[in-house]
Amino acid sequence: MYKYDNYDQKIVDQRVEQFRDQTERYLAGEIADEEFLPLRLQNGLYVQRLAPMLRIAVPYGMLSSRQVRKLAHISRVYDKGYVHFTTRQNVQLNWPALEQVPDILAELASVEMHAIQTSGNCIRNTTTDQFAGVASDEIEDPRPWCELIRQWSTLHPEFAFLPRKFKIAVCGSEEDRAAFLLHDIGLQLAKNERGELGFEVFVGGGLGRTPIIGSSIRKFLPKEHLLSYLDAILRVYNRFGNRDNKYKARIKILVKAWTSSVFAERVEKEWDAIKGGPSTLTDVEISRVKSFFPSPDYQKVDQQASTDELTSLASENQAFKRWLERNTQTQKQAGYRSVTLSLKPAGVAPGDVTDKQLELIADLSDRYSFGELRATHNQNLVLTDVIETDLFELWQRAKHSGLATPTIGTINDMICCPGGDYCSLANAKSIPVAEAIQRKFSDLDYVYDLGDLELNISGCMNACGHHHIGHIGILGVDKKGKEWYQIQLGGSANKNASLGKVLGPSLSREQITDGIEKLLDVYVDNRIADESFLHTYQRIGIEKFKERVYGSTS
Amino acid sequence: MALLLRDKQITQDNWLVVDETATTLPSGDILLSFNHWQQLENKLEQHNGAIGVWIEGNAEIEDFLEPLLSLPLIAINFPKFADGRGFSLATLLRDRYQYKGELRAIGNFIRDQLFFLTRCGFNSFKFPDGTNLEEVANSLTDFSENYQVSADENQPLFRRR
Repeated sequence: MYKYDNYDQKIVDQRVEQFRDQTERYLAGEIADEEFLPLRLQNGLYVQRLAPMLRIAVPYGMLSSRQVRKLAHISRVYDKGYVHFTTRQNVQLNWPALEQVPDILAELASVEMHAIQTSGNCIRNTTTDQFAGVASDEIEDPRPWCELIRQWSTLHPEFAFLPRKFKIAVCGSEEDRAAFLLHDIGLQLAKNERGELGFEVFVGGGLGRTPIIGSSIRKFLPKEHLLSYLDAILRVYNRFGNRDNKYKARIKILVKAWTSSVFAERVEKEWDAIKGGPSTLTDVEISRVKSFFPSPDYQKVDQQASTDELTSLASENQAFKRWLERNTQTQKQAGYRSVTLSLKPAGVAPGDVTDKQLELIADLSDRYSFGELRATHNQNLVLTDVIETDLFELWQRAKHSGLATPTIGTINDMICCPGGDYCSLANAKSIPVAEAIQRKFSDLDYVYDLGDLELNISGCMNACGHHHIGHIGILGVDKKGKEWYQIQLGGSANKNASLGKVLGPSLSREQITDGIEKLLDVYVDNRIADESFLHTYQRIGIEKFKERVYGSTS
Repeated sequence: MALLLRDKQITQDNWLVVDETATTLPSGDILLSFNHWQQLENKLEQHNGAIGVWIEGNAEIEDFLEPLLSLPLIAINFPKFADGRGFSLATLLRDRYQYKGELRAIGNFIRDQLFFLTRCGFNSFKFPDGTNLEEVANSLTDFSENYQVSADENQPLFRRR
């Protein structure tokens, strides 16, 4: 994991002092509300329905056990004893006091963390695959590149007041686990015919009100030119993006208006003028950053013996077997697995975790996972590099603390925004809908029979719950002051990304779980062999689902 | 006489901003809008003072830049402080076009932007009359280190660390 040197530490420390001064001046009435707004947003601080909300950056999802213990401490001392993991691999405090935010930031800085650019119209936290470094389909570890982007984007003087927020994701593998085509910039690590490393560059993807899948504007960007090319894209966007209407201000709207080929030409022209300049990455710097992501000290494992032991434990214990199947994943390193700790037990807001659980997670990470862990965009936590013979013991400890709900990748592992319970933008509540669905589909045999199924819930069209890319997407809408829910089908965030289609008229809160059950019935009735929900939908189309939910239409 | 912040010092502002509708020019150093300056081009030769021009942050500079580069003062107007186009325009003026004169921020920028504005190449700042410039100047030095190349730093941190 990346470690700060004196430079990194100084920048973060000075940011804390800058914000402390800004907060003091605001509280003294020396900064107007509308001026303080972007200043606090650029440090992750929202003013929400019930209290301020502080979003803390978890760069590309990587956390150390020391940082997790600090988060537990902060949530206990400054908040209500829990935190919330977001769909952008970040973490949020729901109840901090404005006056204490500078102290919270100082605590974070002491463990090399910050809240810089976690909100506002600037470059946000770069995201990537939660299985970076261990995925068997990996082309190149994306984390060093994410860290280089983190440093380039941190307090970039030219791009702090963009037309709108700006999100970058990096994909280093064959399969996409970062939804990178749905970001303002999506970078796919790739090798050219000479075996040199670089990126295919996509722009203009995004969710929100106008969901669009990103377009490729450059097939191969040699790795050393990454930062100057990003500068060129951002400069074109900063100068020519729409600033009159915030709903038309994302880069996707500019790319669409100009077409992606014209946008690409403008970027190339800008890039020609700065290409090869001082921002060109050096081999020394690339090696320096890569050196922070070494392979851990793997033991030599007797693969046969460890597989036999796991098989035998699984055959004796059905609950362990289920967890092993759904919540663990093999790695490219034989004898090791990645474990997903579920933050989705029924009755808890998806992504919420208590201070006690955080401390246990830190302990598990120290004991089984070299002291590191990752936050996922599905709002769970991952422990990588767990030796297989430790899995049973880890499972028992995680289960004891409610972190082993064996439903990863199923309907009950839904992505869900904070919704109307917390968020002042929301049109409808989302957490109670998630809970109702989890309670309705609590029979694990049924859930497993349904197999891989992504259900995503957003409380408004800003789409923080990624409803457009759920196999089943639920969108909260407000009709005359009442909460209604629109269903979308067929969304997907993989490399063949697709956006969901609206099923029909919205359903009320009371109708929503029955509606979902009918959709699942159509799938079960029509699936062929072990076809997934998404594939069945893609084969049979939306009509059958529509008829079942709304009755015959003709 | 009005004051401003220039090269990190509080100094007298000798420049008079000329109203676009003015038909006669005041004597001394004058700051004209770009349109006004173009209209008056021939008359300016006899002017007994220096000429500066102010432009909007969204200006397409490629179209008109060359003649501006020899002026002693270019000002960029911020219509709203959250409109960040002026940051890119300043960067281009300094880096791409090597403008060496005074680059002044005018309009609705705020003190908390001073550090970034300076990094993008602005070296003077015109605040509303009555602003406590000594207090405001503290924001010029919010940070002592930067990751990126900028108008005031020609090497990124990774080439210096």
